[in-house]
Amino acid sequence: MRALINIPKTAKQGEAFEIKIIISHPMETGHRADDVGKPIPRHIVKELICHYLGDEVFRAELHPAISANPYFSFFALADRTGPVVLSWSDDKGARAEESMTISVE
Amino acid sequence: MIKSSAIAFVFLVLVLVGSGVLAQGRGDDARAMQADDAANPAFLWVKRGEDLWHVRPGPDAKACADCHGAAEASMRGVSARYPRYEENLRRPLALDQKIDQCRTERQNQPRLTPENDDAIALAAYVGLQSRGMPATANSDGPSAAYFEGGRRLYETRMGQLNLSCAQCHDRLVGERLGGSIIPPARVAGYPIYRLDWQGMGSFARRLRGCMIGIRAEPFLPDSSERVMLEFYLAAREKDIVIETPAVRP
Repeated sequence: MRALINIPKTAKQGEAFEIKIIISHPMETGHRADDVGKPIPRHIVKELICHYLGDEVFRAELHPAISANPYFSFFALADRTGPVVLSWSDDKGARAEESMTISVE
Repeated sequence: MIKSSAIAFVFLVLVLVGSGVLAQGRGDDARAMQADDAANPAFLWVKRGEDLWHVRPGPDAKACADCHGAAEASMRGVSARYPRYEENLRRPLALDQKIDQCRTERQNQPRLTPENDDAIALAAYVGLQSRGMPATANSDGPSAAYFEGGRRLYETRMGQLNLSCAQCHDRLVGERLGGSIIPPARVAGYPIYRLDWQGMGSFARRLRGCMIGIRAEPFLPDSSERVMLEFYLAAREKDIVIETPAVRP
């Protein structure tokens, strides 16, 4: 599961910084059928979690009505230099995690 | 104290929901997505294209980068010139065909099937290097006949609905077809991420959708008709700026 993650490299302490992520995923609803009428099984991202400095700062539960390649944008409050870890998993058990460091002045 | 401040300030700004609502919108949402590289899902393909650019496709094959070097320099302005007349073939080639030609002749690899994700990814990555540059497909000299052929196709009524491209995409631009706004026929953003497709596709795919819509037999991606139409559309508007990878409703 590829993803595009965008966070600022630096932030000032006490300032809100934006975290953006696009996850490459078909988000197949499970309500569609293929050309011969066979149901296409559901295949969606179930969960996205973001940790900053070891604390959970964001969690989303995803459902079938969300489009393919879902995009999230949210904010966290800069406190000190440390890792921003994004992890997500889909209903077939695939998991991914990416970590980036933000330096806080 | 540290912990609480980190957790304190979190909210979700935007999740794109469903395709239907956006597909019928005026395209402002799509424009906003396109304007922000961090929100443009086409960059998933661009990133894949960048990886492919540096990977050797076979054990004794060269990577794109082995000959062309950094795409930021060597591919700058390239896609703005396509489709382009090839002297030795005596016909124009579209960008995806040129990439395939390189693959088969220089990398000794099987060609990428049209609409293959890798083919789209490479075209998107190469196309991105020309973003912001004016489209300069050249229809002078020997290629004039293909430009003319493309114009004729564009203005020919086709299919059971007996419509030509020009009837809608020149004369009814901005009007509605069902719930959707009819766009001008511009090719400067391809390959495009279409919210309707929930993915990225080429001009050939867009053309197929339109032709099925008017109940005509679609031009195949490799047909001379597809290339002539793309060539005509690229060459007729000189002041259009390359937008690849564009987002469309």
